[in-house]
Amino acid sequence: MQDILVVADLSKTYATGFSALKNIHLAIRKGEIFALLGPNGAGKTTLISIICGIVNPSAGTVRVDGHDIIRDYRAARSLIGLVPQELTTDAFETVWGTVSFSRGLFGRAPNPGHLERVLKALSLWDKKDNKIITLSGGMKRRLMIAKALSHEPQILFLDEPTAGVDVVLRHDMWELVRSLRDTGVTIILTTHYIDEAEEMADRIGVIHKGEIILVDEKSELMRKLGRKQLVLQLQQPLRQLPAALSAYALELSANGCELTYTYDTQSERIGITALLDDLGDTGILFKDLHTTESSLEDIFVSLVRDDR
Amino acid sequence: MNIHAVRAIYKFEMARTWRTVMQSIISPVISTSLYFVVFGAAIGSRIPEVGGVSYGTFIVPGLVMLSLLTQSISNASFGIYFPKFTGTIYELLSAPVSYVEIVLAYVGAAATKSIVLGLIILATAALFVPLRIDHPLWMILFLLLTAVTFSLIGFIIGIWADGFEKLQAVPLLIITPLTFLGGSFYSIDMLPPLWQTVALFNPVVYLISGFRWSFYGLSDVSVALSLTMTAFFLLVALAIVAWIFKTGYRLKI
Repeated sequence: MQDILVVADLSKTYATGFSALKNIHLAIRKGEIFALLGPNGAGKTTLISIICGIVNPSAGTVRVDGHDIIRDYRAARSLIGLVPQELTTDAFETVWGTVSFSRGLFGRAPNPGHLERVLKALSLWDKKDNKIITLSGGMKRRLMIAKALSHEPQILFLDEPTAGVDVVLRHDMWELVRSLRDTGVTIILTTHYIDEAEEMADRIGVIHKGEIILVDEKSELMRKLGRKQLVLQLQQPLRQLPAALSAYALELSANGCELTYTYDTQSERIGITALLDDLGDTGILFKDLHTTESSLEDIFVSLVRDDR
Repeated sequence: MNIHAVRAIYKFEMARTWRTVMQSIISPVISTSLYFVVFGAAIGSRIPEVGGVSYGTFIVPGLVMLSLLTQSISNASFGIYFPKFTGTIYELLSAPVSYVEIVLAYVGAAATKSIVLGLIILATAALFVPLRIDHPLWMILFLLLTAVTFSLIGFIIGIWADGFEKLQAVPLLIITPLTFLGGSFYSIDMLPPLWQTVALFNPVVYLISGFRWSFYGLSDVSVALSLTMTAFFLLVALAIVAWIFKTGYRLKI
């Protein structure tokens, strides 16, 4: 797939000497949903702000569909829509007024039909004549998205799009993001909610202390870094593991009633059949069993923790 | 040129004027009318003519200029400061719009507003005192140059200010005193010789003098000097704005 955004050797050092980004290399593919994960202060917003032209880079280059963001800023910026983290709007402007303003600001001729479609898609059409100050938090969040979509961008940045949004609206947002992707828009989102990335993203990047420490397909990431565990509920408590089972990576719970077997999903032989056979041979009977799989959150936490 | 962006910002700023019509238009008209009543009718009737015109008529250009300067600064500074304050400046900075277009839109809107206000005040003045304009084209030129120059200064203040106090400080502590001392209510010929020399260091003297000349042919300094100084202030303001955008001063980090 063709890359629509290429970040090369990008660094940002603030006047205070704080190094927010260090030699970032990143390529975003056209039409994908890319989730950028990272703890607070990792550099997510700084990276987005540089790409969008809000913060000056200290070094490196960014190209949007082949256009350099500094030398050819007009072409680059007109392809980008940004939904910032903060709900920053002009409280006394109307919904229609603010989306019309955004479209004009990005150099597009008035197109009431497009704005109507965007507002309808975001369930804001019946509020078009309302002042922004009268909207609820969720409506304001959707309005920010409407403003970013008003000029028909090819890339949409969503910086923490569902922060402070209720569960129903979060799911609506996810649906909206998917439908946007279906229209060919490339989505780059930052989020604290790992389940959001797990739910939506095609690829995931992890940024930590100003460095990209990992970029991979979500499914591949979970396959490579994910762990599976088989948990057996024993009929009789065990005092200690028999020597015959020492070949397996088994953990016995403190009360002796539960055995946990951790295995690598990528191994050719994961050893469950042999384990169950050996348990039978040693006379250990179990009354129940289940498997667990590590979530993206577990993977993220272990990555960030390992790097500390 | 991103003409749609210039139009969008200009329309947005002009719409703000109509949303705040009490503050933007009615309030300055009322305060200027009070000046005419107090200085023109009440006190002015006891003051002899200045250069062959009644005192009430004499102060009209100065009062128009007073409003023009303060409103140009206020409109432009607030126009760019408010997005910084609310955070909506992100949209402007991320838009495919050049610095020239940003300045054109914000300063154009601020200057339009203050020129409209100046003309309204002029019309209001005509209700109180007999008025004549000897050189209408020069009057329009001075009005235009002054409105644009001080809107640029207001734009600079709006970018520099990091709080409402600073936003108000320059107009209140510098511009208003300079305007009052710049010959709004008197000709600098009326001052003692030493203060006449001091007054020549006040840039507003040149603006008011040139503007008053376009009305009655009366001036404290030559019209050519007034025009040169007005153009000089315009160039200085433009140079500062260009530097701000080149460095991203108080806009980008």
